[in-house]
Amino acid sequence: MKLSDFILTDAVIPELKATDRNGVIREMVSSLGTSIGLDEKDIAAISKSVIARENQGSTGFGKGVSVPHVKHPSIKKIVATIGRSSAGLDFAALDRAPVYIVVLLLSPPDNPDQHLASMENIFRHLQRDNFRRFLRQASSKDEIIELIKEADELPEG
Amino acid sequence: MGQTEDPPPSALVPCEGFAEQIETTLNGESRTVTIANPQGLHARPVMQFVDLAGQFQSRILVRKGNFAVDGKNPMEMMLLEASQGTELTLEANGPDATQAIEALAQLIENGFGER
Repeated sequence: MKLSDFILTDAVIPELKATDRNGVIREMVSSLGTSIGLDEKDIAAISKSVIARENQGSTGFGKGVSVPHVKHPSIKKIVATIGRSSAGLDFAALDRAPVYIVVLLLSPPDNPDQHLASMENIFRHLQRDNFRRFLRQASSKDEIIELIKEADELPEG
Repeated sequence: MGQTEDPPPSALVPCEGFAEQIETTLNGESRTVTIANPQGLHARPVMQFVDLAGQFQSRILVRKGNFAVDGKNPMEMMLLEASQGTELTLEANGPDATQAIEALAQLIENGFGER
C-alpha cells in the first residue's frame, strides 16, 4: 500500500485557514468530503464524529503531527488528506507541542484491517524526521504532492 | 528542530530508519498474547497501552515476528499493524517487569474494553 493509494492530493490544504483544532477538522473534512462527492449533511456529520473522537483522546502523537480519523458509513473506501499549518495548532498533543501537520483519515466502518494498514503507512513516513520537516516547510500543494510521491518511492521497511 | 538548513525535498535521504535503533530483545520477562478486539490495535488502544506502559519503570518492548517497537512510543506502536488474531510478544526489563507484563497482557487479552 502506498500513500498515494489513499491520500487524495486534490484535497490537500497547504495552508490551513482555521487556527483552532475543531476549525481545522471541519476545514479538512469539507475539503476531503467535497472531493469524494459527499453532501453537506455527511460532511457535517463526519466533522462532528472526528471532533468527538478527538475529544476521547488526542491523535496528536507528538513531533508536530496529528492524525484525526473516524470510521463512517458514508465512506466506501479509505481516504486521507494532508493539511499544513505554519502557525501551529493546539491539538492537546501527547508532548504538548503544537501540531503543524494534520493527516485526516476517513475509513469505512467494516474494514478495520485496512484502516490499520493505512495508519501503519502514515506513521511509517511520519516517523522520518526528513518527511516531517519537508512537509512542514512545503508551501504549496505541488510541493506536498511531490513529497508524497517521493515517500512512496522509498524502499519499504 | 526545523530551523537549521533546509535541504530541498530532492535531498530526501532514504532509509533513515527507526527499526534498526530498537533492540530486538531486552532479555527480560516476556509473554505472547493475541489481539482480541475486532478493530485491532488502532489508535485508541495504542494510547491505552502506552499510558499503562508509562506507569511502569521497566522498559517495554512489543514484538511482532522479528519486528520490535518501544511499548512506550505511540507512533512506533502504530507500526505493528496488529489486527485481531495477531500474536504479539510483550517483553519487559526492570524492577516492575512482572507487574508490567501482567497488566499489559491483560489489557490486550480483554480487548481494550472493546468488543
